Amino acid sequence: MSTDTAPRSRGRLPEGDELHRNVVGRQRVGKIWQSVLLACTILGIIVLGLLLFNIINDAFGGVAVQSVVPEEEIFTNRDPASLSQAELIAILEEHLRSRILRNLEREQPLIERSNADLIELINAEIIKPEIVAVYPLNEYLFNRAAITASLAEEHPRAELSFKSWLSSDFLTSPMSSRPELAGVRTAVMGSLWLLLITVLFAFPLGIGAALYLEEYATDKLFDERSPVGRRLNAILHRGSSIIQTNIYNLSGVPSIIYGMLGLAIFVRALESFTSGSFLGATTDATANGRTIMAAGMTMALLVLPVVIISSQEAIRAVPNSLRQASYGLGATRWQTIWKVVLPNALPGILTGTILAISRAIGETAPLIVVGASTFIVTDPSGPFSKFTVLPIQIYNWTSRPQVEFRAIAAAAIIVLLIILLSMNALAIILRNYLRSKRVS
Amino acid sequence: MTTTNPATMSAERFALETRNMHIYYSAFRAVKDVSFGVERNKITALIGPSGCGKSTVLRSFNRMNDLVPGARVEGDVLFRGQNLYAPDVDAVQVRRRIGMVFQKPNPFPKSIYDNIAFGPKINGWKGNKGEMDELVERSLRGASLWDDVKDKLQQSGLSLSGGQQQRLCIARALAVEPEIILMDEPCSALDPISTLRIEELMFELRQHYTIVIVTHNMQQAARASDYTAFFLMDADRAGQLVEYDHTEQIFQNPKDSRTEQYISGRFG
Ligand SMILES: Nc1ncnc2c1ncn2[C@@H]1O[C@H](COP(=O)(O)OP(=O)(O)OP(=O)(O)O)[C@@H](O)[C@H]1O
Ligand SMILES: [Mg+2]
Repeated sequence: MSTDTAPRSRGRLPEGDELHRNVVGRQRVGKIWQSVLLACTILGIIVLGLLLFNIINDAFGGVAVQSVVPEEEIFTNRDPASLSQAELIAILEEHLRSRILRNLEREQPLIERSNADLIELINAEIIKPEIVAVYPLNEYLFNRAAITASLAEEHPRAELSFKSWLSSDFLTSPMSSRPELAGVRTAVMGSLWLLLITVLFAFPLGIGAALYLEEYATDKLFDERSPVGRRLNAILHRGSSIIQTNIYNLSGVPSIIYGMLGLAIFVRALESFTSGSFLGATTDATANGRTIMAAGMTMALLVLPVVIISSQEAIRAVPNSLRQASYGLGATRWQTIWKVVLPNALPGILTGTILAISRAIGETAPLIVVGASTFIVTDPSGPFSKFTVLPIQIYNWTSRPQVEFRAIAAAAIIVLLIILLSMNALAIILRNYLRSKRVS
Repeated sequence: MTTTNPATMSAERFALETRNMHIYYSAFRAVKDVSFGVERNKITALIGPSGCGKSTVLRSFNRMNDLVPGARVEGDVLFRGQNLYAPDVDAVQVRRRIGMVFQKPNPFPKSIYDNIAFGPKINGWKGNKGEMDELVERSLRGASLWDDVKDKLQQSGLSLSGGQQQRLCIARALAVEPEIILMDEPCSALDPISTLRIEELMFELRQHYTIVIVTHNMQQAARASDYTAFFLMDADRAGQLVEYDHTEQIFQNPKDSRTEQYISGRFG
């Protein structure tokens, strides 16, 4: 075993003590790399945690509310519920200007209003509670003393309370220029409509193209024996290999470029289609081509490469032995694709596609280019309406100076994240369901 | 080139017949000048060292080579006197008549019942549920799998053992009522007992079907086949038919010295 006599040129493996040192050294290198990888993971988790903290910190917290006129002053220290209708009307008539009163009377005579309505009216028109300060969650929880001190000085009558900016009102109200009243309903509906149109276009187109590229691209569609057929086959073959090699590049093209493409094609060139005017009745005369339809088609274009790539991977993962079994029984190619390849690839296709499309929900840039509205209060009524989407709404709110808008932007981010996470969960559930259906 | 043919060639006697068949994978010639006839209702074994083109020849019998890009067959492969590679012959129709069982059991990830029903359904089978139940039972009995699975027809075909899966694949092939069944090393993934069951099954099937089997197992070829074809690569790696005869003849009294060397384990 000794290598003493071996010629030097043959090299030498470490033995004995040297072997020991060598192994210890190699193990040490392994340990170092392991800790580096661990550090990367921890760093990633910390960053994610910070992000979440930031959002939650803004979306929840304290608000200091102060009324223009103190309540006790109006009701002279009596319980509002104990007052009679006449007394309530008296209060209104005492504090409001006659012009406002006349307007109110015209809407509905005060005598005909219930006590509760009148109290609400007094609240809204005379007492007018206002948010005078907003505090993020961490300050509200851990810095109460400082907050109360500064409040006592600046707004002595203000009352501090906890506020969740994410509330059922927030989900069901449309956009408003007053942050306390603004909600995300219009944006959520816009996002869901957009999603629907995107799926409708991207899903069949993407799977179709993936099936062609995987199962048919090597085919000779035309008769090889005639020179024209050979030429056409060569062109087809060339075309699909160009698409195949460029599909990864396409998936890397910045989204704003897809937006410009969408603007040129779907908004401008195909305006009569995307505005819905080809159907005769336009739902939204001012939208022109800047509709959900145009945006959805742009988004479909944007996610198409990723849908194709992930579908291709799913199709490729179907074992060839299954295709052969099918052909061996006398199935045609289409039967094999439809009955064997597609059912077996579907779980993978769906997961990949849903993940690709859920990315589109978070896109902003191309939508701004194709003309999504930034301020819109009417819900979209169909694919040919004007619209806005959550990310644009969030962007719009974060760019305003008032702190309240920052808070509702954070709440809207939570809504967006919940939609994204539930789509990803849906992808996983669907995949597991389809898998279990196939195997058990 | 010694291409031996037992007796005269005739469409009556032979289920399949090749005449000067060459098979290419693009520019590479994998099989060179093979001519022989597969006897009706007999079991024919194809033997030879790895890479000599046995699977290639077998796949040419039901045009499975069409699925390999670049694969090309020259010469004639006659089935009922008709050249399988004539331009007006559709491979789909060929595979309906000439079934195949693969080396690795490949049931569909569906129920046992649906595995069997798949073939008839895609081939335009007409009948009601009761008749399909009958067909499924008949096919499973034909592959002597019925008793194993009759209580769990709705379970996945993948839940069966390897040997049972292979018999399921045979049953699946029987369900489309082929005339010839091609088997490419059907027992190579099975234990000796499952192997014996498949061999017994082959003997039963021989009454109604013609069977061609590729095997690396010399004992299997010797005990389970009526005819044996021995293939070998020549200098440029193209497979050739060295000797074709009754199995006893090949194993007891081979004419070619290379056959003798191979079956006695001295090379290949
Ligand atoms: N799909 C293919 N593409 C290109 N060449 C192939 C293909 N299949 C087989 N070949 C080649 O054809 C020759 C014969 O292969 P084949 O699979 O028929 O051998 P075999 O006798 O079945 O071998 P084994 O006993 O190992 O299965 C080999 O040289 C192989 O490399
Ligand atoms: Mg083989």
